[in-house]
Amino acid sequence: MIYLKLFLTFLKIGAFTFGGGYAMLPLMQNEVAANNWMTPEELVNFIAVSESTPGVLAINAATYIGAEVGGFWGSVCATLGVVVPSFVIILIVARFLMMFSSNKYVLSVMKHLKPAVVGLIGSAVITLGQPVFLPNGFKDINIFALCFSIAVFALMLFLAIKKKHPILLIGLSAALGIAVGFIGEWTNIGTLV
Amino acid sequence: MKLKKLVSLFLTFAKIGAFTFGGGYAMIPLIQREAVTKNGWVSDDDIMDIIAIAESTPGPVAINSATFVGYKTAGVLGSAAATLGVVMPSFIVIYLISGVLREFQEIKVIKYAFAGIRAGVIALICKALMNMYKKAPKGLVGYILMGAAFILAAFVKINAVYIIIAAAVVGIVSAIIAERRKNDLS
Repeated sequence: MIYLKLFLTFLKIGAFTFGGGYAMLPLMQNEVAANNWMTPEELVNFIAVSESTPGVLAINAATYIGAEVGGFWGSVCATLGVVVPSFVIILIVARFLMMFSSNKYVLSVMKHLKPAVVGLIGSAVITLGQPVFLPNGFKDINIFALCFSIAVFALMLFLAIKKKHPILLIGLSAALGIAVGFIGEWTNIGTLV
Repeated sequence: MKLKKLVSLFLTFAKIGAFTFGGGYAMIPLIQREAVTKNGWVSDDDIMDIIAIAESTPGPVAINSATFVGYKTAGVLGSAAATLGVVMPSFIVIYLISGVLREFQEIKVIKYAFAGIRAGVIALICKALMNMYKKAPKGLVGYILMGAAFILAAFVKINAVYIIIAAAVVGIVSAIIAERRKNDLS
């Protein structure tokens, strides 16, 4: 039953994401890989699409994967799944536990979760970066594509640290990809893809 | 009156959802402006509490804050209206492009564009990692958890869910130990 599967998978992702945005990436990556819903490369592409469209990654990814796997109702079930844990937990906290965020157990759990989430995002950089920089592992390295990826990565990291907007970074990366892709093709220096 | 409030919650959060690009953290200043300054649904102190709670409960910060502001303003129906509002724009846009995205990525010029974009996205994730590292508590236990989570997820391929549960258990146990010590001393 694909609808139930989508709902429960995204329920799990919603229930175990602490903090926003990329904190859910390691979980999502585990699930899409386990279910063969997306290759790591497609997931990285989708992150770019999500950054350039309205809304948050969690909802965008749930809607997209849901639609790909199960059509309209698939996307409804996946989106509902990722929202339900937040919704239920916040209602309980709002109703009964306004002191929630100053409770010493909650504080201690958060204090220990944050560094673990940092480690998990670090692992996502490795597992998502590998298909970007070394799509065939250490054999058959495409030097042209590798040098290009490293240059774009370095430039964009610099611009991100300078607090330039993510959409600007994505637009610039796309323009560089198109320019270098065609130059490489016309001059026979190398191919990007 | 109540219905008017629900409609207004839905529309306001739909607007917030439609104009946020990037992550949930980009949404926080917008929620603050709409919920506190423009509509007076919650006070300035409340919104600080709400954001603190949204960050320490599971789920995306954007959904958590929308649910919370909605509840404070108009009860359970209010939280449903606000959450539906914040989800709706993403849902519509992504659903509409989902059908064409895969074929779109097969076009050569798009393939080249994505070759650049993928490297840029890894840079964005690295930047997010740096921000979260700065905000994370340091200290011996912190570094051990960070390193252990990294190695277990990246190389041992342990599912992130188990690592999160383990870190939460460490948090609870250390709170219990701290409590015991305090009681022993007094």
